Amino acid sequence: MTHWIPLWLHRLSSPPTFYRFAGAVWPWAMGLALLAGAIGLYGALVLAPPDYQQGDAYRIIFIHVPSAWMSMFIYAVMGVASFVALVWRIKLAEVVAMQSAPIGAAFTFITLVTGSLWGKPMWGTWWTWDARLTSELVLLFLYLGVIGLYHAFEDRRQGARAAGFLAIIGVINVPIVHFSVNWWNTLHQGSTINVFGASKIAADMLWPLLVLTLATKLYYVASLCRRVRTDLLALEGGKDWVRTLAAREAAP
Amino acid sequence: MNLTSLHDFLAMGGYAAYVWPAYAVFLAVLLADSLAPTVRRRQVLRDLRAQLARQAARRARKGGATIPGTAPSPSAPPPRSA
Repeated sequence: MTHWIPLWLHRLSSPPTFYRFAGAVWPWAMGLALLAGAIGLYGALVLAPPDYQQGDAYRIIFIHVPSAWMSMFIYAVMGVASFVALVWRIKLAEVVAMQSAPIGAAFTFITLVTGSLWGKPMWGTWWTWDARLTSELVLLFLYLGVIGLYHAFEDRRQGARAAGFLAIIGVINVPIVHFSVNWWNTLHQGSTINVFGASKIAADMLWPLLVLTLATKLYYVASLCRRVRTDLLALEGGKDWVRTLAAREAAP
Repeated sequence: MNLTSLHDFLAMGGYAAYVWPAYAVFLAVLLADSLAPTVRRRQVLRDLRAQLARQAARRARKGGATIPGTAPSPSAPPPRSA
């Protein structure tokens, strides 16, 4: 039935194997995230020149935009993992989906708060009910709904399936967030970065943005690995590999 | 970096009240996010060890005199406490 899945991927989805794999991955991801974060922040706050229109207030872009990208990226990962979990009943996919939700909610929260702090000096208001801001707020509510539904069930796997279903339905909001600045009249500025074509930003402003985007991606990998490892311990508490591990870590 | 330029840096061209809180929220939220799994991992392992200790104590109390059919099977998963 699942013969087309490569064997190594199949093995990796076994909880004890993934536990070890994630344990090897996260220190590197976190180290690189901190390195890229430090370089990116230096570029963003010190090296990049002030904007000719917005002065130094535009520097919020360097954390606002990477966080906004992560809020959508993590939602997409959560949707795909939920789909895999519902179709193939792979336990690891459930765990990845449910452990992505708090990280995604954190980035969505950062996006909304930093956007608000940027909106006040530039637009003269903390908040406005326009398409981009409202759809991003809906994204936060979707994350919170997924987290809440997951915890509302006594049986965690049942909760993961119900919340996964909600996550899949909510995927419709991701393109709405992304295209909202094109589809509707909005106070929010249009896309600055263009994957296909020229970006509307100077190179000495662009590189800190890209480095910080990389840092947030790496941070997500590290945080996800750590959360999945912890959740696997809780989920597999009755299994021998977890008991051995718990007994071994009792020593110090 | 001399004091004047440090002062200029902190002033953020007059937007210090918006730029610095934004960066503070970014760092604080991610710091909280990175502490959460550490705290939970400690909790999970502590609960698990307590459970294992209870099971070991129960086995020791029963000693060798187990009644057939009521002996706890070591392979069965323990009841979930949380």
